[in-house]
Amino acid sequence: MLKYDLVVVGGGPAGMAAALKAKECGVEKILICERDETLGGILEQCIHTGFGLHYFGEELSGPEYAARFIEQIEQTDIDVKVNTMVLDITTNNDVIAINKDDGLMEISSTAIVLAMGCRERPRGAISIPGTRPAGVMTAGTAQRYANIQGYLAGKEVVILGSGDIGLIMARRMTLEGAKVKMVCELMPYSGGLTRNIVQCLEDFDIPLKLSHTVTQIHGDDRVEGVTISKVDSNLKPIPGTEEYVPCDTLMLSVGLLPENELSRSVGIYLDRITGGAIVDQYRETNHEGVFACGNVLHVHDLVDFVTQESQIAGEGAANYIKGKKAFSDYRIHTKGVNGVRYVVPQRICIDDSDQPVKLYFRVGQVFTNATVKVTRNGNVIYAKKKRKLAPGEMENIIIKPEDLQEFSEGDYLYIEVEG
Amino acid sequence: MSYDIAIIGAGVVGSLIARKLSKYDIKIALIEKCNDVAMGTSKANSAIVHAGFDALPGTLKADLNVKGTKLMGYLCEELGVPFKNIGSLVIAFNEEEMETLTSLLKRGEENNVPGLKIIGQDRLHEMEPNISKRALGALWAKTASIVCPYELTLAAAECAVINGCELYRNFEVSQIDFDNEQFTVKAKTGEEINAKYVINAAGIYSDFIASLIGDESIELVARKGEYLLMDKNLGGVVNHVIFQCPTKMGKGVLVTPTVDGNILTGPSAKDIEGKDDISTTSDELNMVRTYTSYSIPNVKLNSVITSFAGIRAHSTKNDFIIEPSKVNPHFINVAGIESPGLSAAPAIAEYVEEIMLDTMGKLPKKVKWQRTRPEPVRFRELSTVERRELIEKNPAYGQIVCRCETVTEGEIIDACHSTIPALDLDGIKRRTRAGMGRCQSGFCGPKVAEIISRELKEDLLDVTKFGRKSNVVVGKTK
Ligand SMILES: Cc1cc2nc3c(=O)[nH]c(=O)nc-3n(C[C@H](O)[C@H](O)[C@H](O)COP(=O)(O)OP(=O)(O)OC[C@H]3O[C@@H](n4cnc5c(N)ncnc54)[C@H](O)[C@@H]3O)c2cc1C
Ligand SMILES: Cc1cc2nc3c(=O)[nH]c(=O)nc-3n(C[C@H](O)[C@H](O)[C@H](O)COP(=O)(O)OP(=O)(O)OC[C@H]3O[C@@H](n4cnc5c(N)ncnc54)[C@H](O)[C@@H]3O)c2cc1C
Repeated sequence: MLKYDLVVVGGGPAGMAAALKAKECGVEKILICERDETLGGILEQCIHTGFGLHYFGEELSGPEYAARFIEQIEQTDIDVKVNTMVLDITTNNDVIAINKDDGLMEISSTAIVLAMGCRERPRGAISIPGTRPAGVMTAGTAQRYANIQGYLAGKEVVILGSGDIGLIMARRMTLEGAKVKMVCELMPYSGGLTRNIVQCLEDFDIPLKLSHTVTQIHGDDRVEGVTISKVDSNLKPIPGTEEYVPCDTLMLSVGLLPENELSRSVGIYLDRITGGAIVDQYRETNHEGVFACGNVLHVHDLVDFVTQESQIAGEGAANYIKGKKAFSDYRIHTKGVNGVRYVVPQRICIDDSDQPVKLYFRVGQVFTNATVKVTRNGNVIYAKKKRKLAPGEMENIIIKPEDLQEFSEGDYLYIEVEG
Repeated sequence: MSYDIAIIGAGVVGSLIARKLSKYDIKIALIEKCNDVAMGTSKANSAIVHAGFDALPGTLKADLNVKGTKLMGYLCEELGVPFKNIGSLVIAFNEEEMETLTSLLKRGEENNVPGLKIIGQDRLHEMEPNISKRALGALWAKTASIVCPYELTLAAAECAVINGCELYRNFEVSQIDFDNEQFTVKAKTGEEINAKYVINAAGIYSDFIASLIGDESIELVARKGEYLLMDKNLGGVVNHVIFQCPTKMGKGVLVTPTVDGNILTGPSAKDIEGKDDISTTSDELNMVRTYTSYSIPNVKLNSVITSFAGIRAHSTKNDFIIEPSKVNPHFINVAGIESPGLSAAPAIAEYVEEIMLDTMGKLPKKVKWQRTRPEPVRFRELSTVERRELIEKNPAYGQIVCRCETVTEGEIIDACHSTIPALDLDGIKRRTRAGMGRCQSGFCGPKVAEIISRELKEDLLDVTKFGRKSNVVVGKTK
């Protein structure tokens, strides 16, 4: 049996940052298992720029951003196994993985970092009625055909969902010579970053139809068209607003789902809203020695935040391995209310740490000139005015260590929006 | 080419007939208009092996259902097809429906269905904790089972092919001539074959096929049924096939586990124009949701991974039509095979065998007949030790392609070169489950397309989802 101090599952930006941080903190034997052919995760597909503005202060493409971390990994003695899929994790943190060369491996490990990323929601998850022809695919699938294989997934495209992947693919398909007829968005606002709406749609005169959805798919062999409809405030299609749009491709960008089969199989508790594990400020799950970070924990729109979060997990894992930190069982909960959809971490260990705790959260609707408040037993411990809050942009606030004293076990910290 | 028998339609019925007849030393052709077998109703149904209390006593439906169900378990074992004997429950919500259960029980007993029992509320909720508290009792049928219908069809067709039957795909029969000795069966493309006997097992199109020899006696109504398929994480919500009491509308909406551990609910029932409309509609799917919530009220149906529809070939005679045509006794109709057609299929095959022996006289048997087909590797079902050995033999089994269902490259390569090779993405999906999971081929689709292109030596531009013009990509990037 192979033996490691730390096994990192997934070699995307999250897994790489966690491994590097753990190394920096002195962990000796580290292994990264990545099921694709290369490290880099979803970044390898994202050949547009827009990565690294926060972390490196410059605009990089996805592969460039990834390359910076891959180079660093190469300079360490971190072991990397690509084309290697982790199939299972046992209750005592053994990892079962396979690849073509080593066959089936059982790897014993002290700690594990889960960094499996997420996958796109398919058509069925949003139940679009109609026929089931070729040409209905997620934006990520179209991206894979284009970037990795060099094929064009469609010539006349309707995109459903204005998440970042959809927006970026609208531009990409246009540059490749396809006609992107429109992007339909169910909500009255876009789920993507403002800069992507400007650079990917407006610059190419692609209409963004807010409060619209696809209500039917037509075509027997390949998509021939879709029916779109306007939706009311309850997001229900309004009869009489149907419009037929001829196209050969319906591209879906209707959200991402953290890939948590492994987490589930070891009995890790998942958050119903994020779809990811419930973690504390060190990103440790309820399963001792198992940490989670990146998109598998909650969906991020910026890779820079993934890196930050994963360094926290890497450090947490290092401290766990060295037994330096007795993780406290004494915990309080965080909870999003009044417009705040979710908060990560969901738990905070009250221990002797003098570090501030950064809380990441997302709102459920657009707010302008609103105040973000954190309250504890009815007392406001943090308040800040924000010009704009949108579901597409992840926010964060920092809670000072002194504000975490005087809690009792099981207390709640509420994060809310006022205005 | 010249054959003794041409079977039109490679659904579960045609394929099982082909297998049954392949033990005789005769030449058989199995003809299918699509790019693969099981592309009709046999891939889009409830996948239930019914106990047999639905059909009216004395009908062919009742008789063949009960017989078919008796044969099914062994047949699936023989062919290496997923099958689970989980039993079914018809639940009653009021006294009137409790009486319906009694009459169903009586009908079942008349049909010779073994293992029927009416159970009360306590027992029911013990067996099915998530069922509506309003349910008062149920009819429990122990012989009811679930099966993988497309795998059964494929396995039967493969077994037939191994025994010398020739499969024609993309052969859409559009004309049949008879010169007093043999039939000439012609395809739309101009291709043709000759056969002394024709078995018409064309499903919803069996009326059309019969009309090609001037037999207008078959009248079919196309009745669509729509379904929702749930993620595996809802698995275990119910443990039996759960029916509601039949109404004028049909058998009602059922909820059942599938052999792969997903949850399936449906079908709706709506007569449609034409025969090809397998589109789903929001009205019918909402209806399915509503009815499902009567049976299992507290289960959120938000983990739908896909929806689909199948078409019932309802005969206006209200029974299966399995007999030589009045127009030409060498032409055998196997028509109006609506539910419980899947359950009955093994018995239908035996019944047709009898008819053929009657019509053709005694037939010589093959010296060597293979009862089965090589069972495909199913990596996800293997133990650690078995997995290790397999990868040592062939490293391609160490490369996972479909993450949701844990399908390896080795399995996909196998499917490209099996007895009836997969020719498209959906063919791979039905053979290996690659793309059947919660991401519905979002990740593995491009990879599978690449493997098909490599193994079948065709350009990726020509790779399709299900044949014809369902190409997955439309050009190259700049
Ligand atoms: C199309 C797209 C466009 C984006 N655009 C931008 C942008 O412009 N700017 C920006 O800053 N951010 C952008 N993002 C966001 C950012 O890139 C992601 O949030 C980030 O890549 C997530 O990193 P991750 O490591 O958590 O996940 P991933 O990058 O998905 O990495 C997870 C890795 O784990 C591997 N894995 C999973 N399960 C297993 C297993 N069982 N065994 C072994 N390996 C496994 C996967 O193969 C994958 O390589 C974009 C994201 C997408 C999807
Ligand atoms: C909604 C629904 C639910 C059902 N649920 C159940 C159930 O739970 N249990 C059960 O026992 N039964 C069930 N049934 C019934 C069962 O599915 C069918 O009875 C069975 O699949 C019929 O098989 P088949 O081979 O006759 O038809 P099909 O599978 O339709 O096969 C006919 C084949 O003929 C081919 N064909 C048609 N025209 C031509 C042509 N011109 N040339 C060449 N080939 C042609 C078609 O492509 C097709 O492959 C259900 C049916 C429906 C619609």
